[in-house]
Amino acid sequence: MILQDVIEHLQLRVLTSSTNLSHVHVYQGYVSDMLSCVVAGAPNGCVWVTLLAHSNIVAVATLLEIPAIIITEGAQPDEATLERANEKEIALLSTPSPSFEVVGRLWHMGIRANDRISDLI
Amino acid sequence: MIRFRADLHVHTVLSPCAGRDMLPEQIVKAALFHEINLIAITDHNASQNAAAVISVAEEQGLLALPGMELQTIEEIHSLCLFDSLEQLQTLQELVDRLLPNRTNNEAVFGPQVIVDRHGEVLAHEERMLLAPVQISIQEACSFVSNLGGLFIPAHVNREAFGLLPRLGSVPPDLKVEFLEITRTAHKDTLLQKYPQLAEYRLLRNGDVHYPEDFLGALEFSAQNSSLAAIRDGLISIL
Repeated sequence: MILQDVIEHLQLRVLTSSTNLSHVHVYQGYVSDMLSCVVAGAPNGCVWVTLLAHSNIVAVATLLEIPAIIITEGAQPDEATLERANEKEIALLSTPSPSFEVVGRLWHMGIRANDRISDLI
Repeated sequence: MIRFRADLHVHTVLSPCAGRDMLPEQIVKAALFHEINLIAITDHNASQNAAAVISVAEEQGLLALPGMELQTIEEIHSLCLFDSLEQLQTLQELVDRLLPNRTNNEAVFGPQVIVDRHGEVLAHEERMLLAPVQISIQEACSFVSNLGGLFIPAHVNREAFGLLPRLGSVPPDLKVEFLEITRTAHKDTLLQKYPQLAEYRLLRNGDVHYPEDFLGALEFSAQNSSLAAIRDGLISIL
């Protein structure tokens, strides 16, 4: 699935400018507000849904090669975070909707959970 | 009585997010330049550089306390301050047991360097230090207090790893007297948002990651240079 389609379908606001959104494909998703859980459980290349907006989300996304973060409930990253995300070519996408609703809509679009968690169990 | 001007939250090159020049001699020089005579060495979930800084500090009339900035399971950071390196080592052994076994990615988080007193590299810490030690903040607080240390939740008002954004309020079963607030926090605004904070002493530190970060906002008098006397002195700050 092309990220641009997700953005249009969920009416997300694009906060960063460095990514070509039509060139990014996403098939898997992950949701958590615990950075350590994301590091341990999110699949590489997924779209990550969180209400965190501080700069550490960019470091975690870089580590896992996460191309896009959907920041929910209208949380606003600061300038330094946006700058860092642009530098690392990670798309930060904003929505006033809660994470629950965003995940439901992503699932409806065909984005699925990963198999890393089931590997761990 | 000793008059102290203190910054109790100082990182070294062992913390992946700290500047590459946070080496023992440079830290001591920068603290003295800011007319600070009391610091605490508080690396993330680690303590291997504390002895080197303390040894340089001692020679130059700077009191440096051994400490650690512990990240507990709730992803909250807290300062753990001690009198002796032995106490700190006991905490380090707990961290060694309970830190998730992941390898640090230096390119993403930064290098974690163990140095000697001259800043010469001894080793790189391989484990990812920016991870939650698998212990609750209440348990960690009891552990540190039982060792005779001081437990101070760090930058409580900060979104990243601060207690208030993570938990919403200070849990009543967390037995602390002090809370650290960020460098630029506005006390009155914080008290309006969290009236509960009036029950605690709010301490402002520099959270020093670079030599220019030293703040020296804590000024007080203490009977002597023990942690107990420093605690009494900090209590006396209004």
